[in-house]
Amino acid sequence: MQKDIKRLSLILLFAPFTLWILLLVVLPHIGMVILSLREKVAPRVYEFGFGNYLEFLHEPIYWNTLIRTGSMSLLVTALALIIGFPIAYYIAKIAGPRARGGLFLLCLIPLWVSDLIRSFGWILLLRETGVISSFLVWTGLIGTPVEFLYNDAAVIVGLVYTVILFMIVPLVSTLDGMDNSMIEAGYNLGGNGFTVLRRIIIPYAMPGIVAGCIVTFMLTAGSYLTPILLGGKNSSWFTEQIYNQFITRFNWEGGAAFGMLLLLFTSLVIWLGLKLSGQTLANTVAKS
Amino acid sequence: MKHTPTYDLECQDLAKNFGSFRAVKGVSFDIPSGSFFSILGPSGCGKTTLMRMIAGFEDPSGGDIRIKGKSVLGTPPNKRNVKMVFQHLALFPMMNVYENIAYGLRCNGVSSAEIKRKVHDVLERIALPDVAEREIHQLSGGQKQRIAIARCMVLDPDVLLLDEPLGALDLKLREAMKIELKLLQHQFNTTFIYITHDQSEALVMSDNVAIMNQGEFEQIGTPQELYHHPKTAFVAGFVGDSNRWSGTVTSSDGTGGQVETDQGLPMTFSAAGGTKINEGSKVDIFVRPEFIHAIRANGANKSSADGDNRLSGVVDSLLFNGANSRVLVRAQGGELVEADVTLTGNNDIKPGEDVELVWSSRQAMCFAQNGGA
Amino acid sequence: MHIKTTMAGLLAATMLAGVGSAQAETLRLLTWGSYAPDVLVQKFEEEYPDIDVEVTFSNNEEMIAKLRATGGAGFDLAQPSHDRIYAAQLEYDIYKPLDLSKINTDVLEAKLLAGVKENTTIDGEVYAVPHQWGTSGLMAEKTMAPDFSSWADLCDPQYAGKTSMRLKRTILLGTAFSMGENPFEAYSDLEKYQDILDKVADKLIECKANIKAYWKGGDDLSAMMLSGEIVASETWDSTAYKLFDQNENIVFIPPKEGALAWIDTFALPRKAKADDAAYKWINFVLRPENVTLMSGSTGAIAAVQGGKDLLPEDKKAAVNAAFTDADIDNLKFFANIPPGVEDMEGKTLEKIKAATGG
Repeated sequence: MQKDIKRLSLILLFAPFTLWILLLVVLPHIGMVILSLREKVAPRVYEFGFGNYLEFLHEPIYWNTLIRTGSMSLLVTALALIIGFPIAYYIAKIAGPRARGGLFLLCLIPLWVSDLIRSFGWILLLRETGVISSFLVWTGLIGTPVEFLYNDAAVIVGLVYTVILFMIVPLVSTLDGMDNSMIEAGYNLGGNGFTVLRRIIIPYAMPGIVAGCIVTFMLTAGSYLTPILLGGKNSSWFTEQIYNQFITRFNWEGGAAFGMLLLLFTSLVIWLGLKLSGQTLANTVAKS
Repeated sequence: MKHTPTYDLECQDLAKNFGSFRAVKGVSFDIPSGSFFSILGPSGCGKTTLMRMIAGFEDPSGGDIRIKGKSVLGTPPNKRNVKMVFQHLALFPMMNVYENIAYGLRCNGVSSAEIKRKVHDVLERIALPDVAEREIHQLSGGQKQRIAIARCMVLDPDVLLLDEPLGALDLKLREAMKIELKLLQHQFNTTFIYITHDQSEALVMSDNVAIMNQGEFEQIGTPQELYHHPKTAFVAGFVGDSNRWSGTVTSSDGTGGQVETDQGLPMTFSAAGGTKINEGSKVDIFVRPEFIHAIRANGANKSSADGDNRLSGVVDSLLFNGANSRVLVRAQGGELVEADVTLTGNNDIKPGEDVELVWSSRQAMCFAQNGGA
Repeated sequence: MHIKTTMAGLLAATMLAGVGSAQAETLRLLTWGSYAPDVLVQKFEEEYPDIDVEVTFSNNEEMIAKLRATGGAGFDLAQPSHDRIYAAQLEYDIYKPLDLSKINTDVLEAKLLAGVKENTTIDGEVYAVPHQWGTSGLMAEKTMAPDFSSWADLCDPQYAGKTSMRLKRTILLGTAFSMGENPFEAYSDLEKYQDILDKVADKLIECKANIKAYWKGGDDLSAMMLSGEIVASETWDSTAYKLFDQNENIVFIPPKEGALAWIDTFALPRKAKADDAAYKWINFVLRPENVTLMSGSTGAIAAVQGGKDLLPEDKKAAVNAAFTDADIDNLKFFANIPPGVEDMEGKTLEKIKAATGG
């Protein structure tokens, strides 16, 4: 009796989670796979086949865009790491407890507004008649207004700004768990600042670094609004291709195939990253 | 003044202020080469700050630190040949034992063949030749301890600092490690500076101990000196156990005399710490339990006990601890007095019995209050 | 006992609420931004207290995608453009025929009504009636680009870095006309249409260096135009009219090849549940006094007789500044898109976007 109640309550506890996984994660993906394997032969007539995937391979525009999206996402991840690491280190190891809360809050602020507003903020700053250009003209550093918007650099800046928090949080939590005496021991045994960083702090923070990179990379590769709004004439992003397939071209089958390809591609990159860094999912993302 | 480098470490008027708080107030001491030196004091006395200044993690507000005769002020921690064993050891969890020990050698640019030889050498010396490839989390507490020391010793430091490294161990291991540390120090013949708040650690291992209180050294000496000839009331109270009375001197010839405690007990005493005690001054008197003999009030060998102080009371309780057993005696004034007893297992003193406590005035260490120290 | 009464009360309340909601109908509109201004929605709800209006803003492509996802459920009235109904209906079966007897068709402009009916009749059933019409064309800042008159001028080197366009099908069609082609006629021969698209793509890729940026919505286009970052652009007429209000030098220019005219319609999704309310809304917004309010919000001209005169005064001025009678005769109404054309056009657009022209 007691045991049954225990089991029942366990089942009830897990039910929402299981339903969530099943209904919102597993089923839609199965649906996407099935949809992606339907080839359109005539209006309202479909056949089973891999045509949608073959189309991706045959059209350089598509895989170029995917590779472009992947490499730019890696660049954004790397920049977020390079910029985020000192910030995380400062928050975890140097700032006092009160400053800490404030700094965390500062990092959170970008997430308080929607993607759209955030992008418009950057547009106001970066456009030819925007704040930065006008300021530079006013100071006399440049003679005529300069367009900072509508290029890849603007996209990267906007994306780094958006995702950096997701890099900082896991880094802070791992660095926080690091005993200060570990760093002091590093110096005491003869290491200079660089050695201590390379041999002690970074290896110790590796799970946090990998976790942050995975989340950042996924978010970046899957982002839509920022690259669309800040990007220039040539800045294609793979999510835009998916949107075009679904919405502009009414080609749901192709869109589903592209969606699966993006998922496979990002998974592959992350798998490679884990292999190269010698980490596992269990002690990185799952830990933080 | 030219210092010959017979001292591994000399500190002169070393001071450290944190804002208006004076953590270390002008401490001076020299440590001869190859000795085991402890700094003993209650928590918050400034001993950790002192150690961090020697290691280079804090800059002194004043004074000088010399290692092998050379001032190290302005030398960054990684350039000082002073190594440190941290309170929680701070072994690097992402490296195995070999890499932990090799870390310092690599920083010094030692060739890898040399590193290999040295690491295996030092592992032999700490009697753990087979653990090189183990991960840190696979080691026992005592093994970690030894690896932490080996990691420093492989660099051949002038001075090894140890910051309460036994604090995290359980009691039994701690007892064993005390002896082991002492042996290791002999083996390496390096100057060890050991920081602790645990007097038994300090007394067992050290050649010399400094007693630190409120940023200052109260006394430096061998463990026996500190125990038997404390210079200040703080040292007398802090090192070893003591029965303590406060009282007023009724008659004195300067080095000894009569005192009446606040509870009204008359007592004979001898002045401690080489100070002169005058009539009428307020004093603290310390008597160690092992110098107080507890004798049955109606016992046959009553007269055999020798001593010019006698106090009668009733046994309140018996604290059995093998060879270190004690009795708590409630004296007439109502206060409790501790005395060591030898319990043989038959016909021993029992709670409720009337006893007489006897001790010699030579063991009644007396310090004048306020400014005696 | 006490609990029982409470339960009974709750039950009764729930049932009452159920009855209540059955009476108060909900009209779920799927339409363009600004096609359901608050004043009109409030006015409508006062007139028909039993009907609640829920508005979802969208565009042609998303309207079709939304209805396709549900097989035509979830909305009671949709407003796609007239050229986007026929193929979508054939391919996805998302609309149901209109009952024209329930619509006050007498007030509609006869030519537009006939055109829409012709475009959207399948098996003898009519699927849409016109609501608002407008054009896509060009706009220019008169003092900076006084001679701007053709789609091709967007690629004129004298305006290098000072023009913009939206990378959608309108610019493909406009460019085709400027190259002397008639894409609408080529719809019947998709191979020929593909040839035209390829030529257009080459031209637009070449043109990329001349373009400052592709605009994505009315907001960024307006910002670029008002700040002077660009001097001319492909545009919706309504956006140009709004800018004319703020700067009289910015005018809508019907290209000499003919402005492209679209008609937004009323169509019933296949699984709509409030047809009567939908017909009420259609007739309501076609009333002259409401037409003015609607056009004031949309910036487009109502497809009713005398629609242009029913424009609010400021819009009327803007339209008169832009159009001559000859321009109106020269309008090119979007032709029905046959199945497959969207895919071809989409691919062409992707090609242009991906090309590294400048």
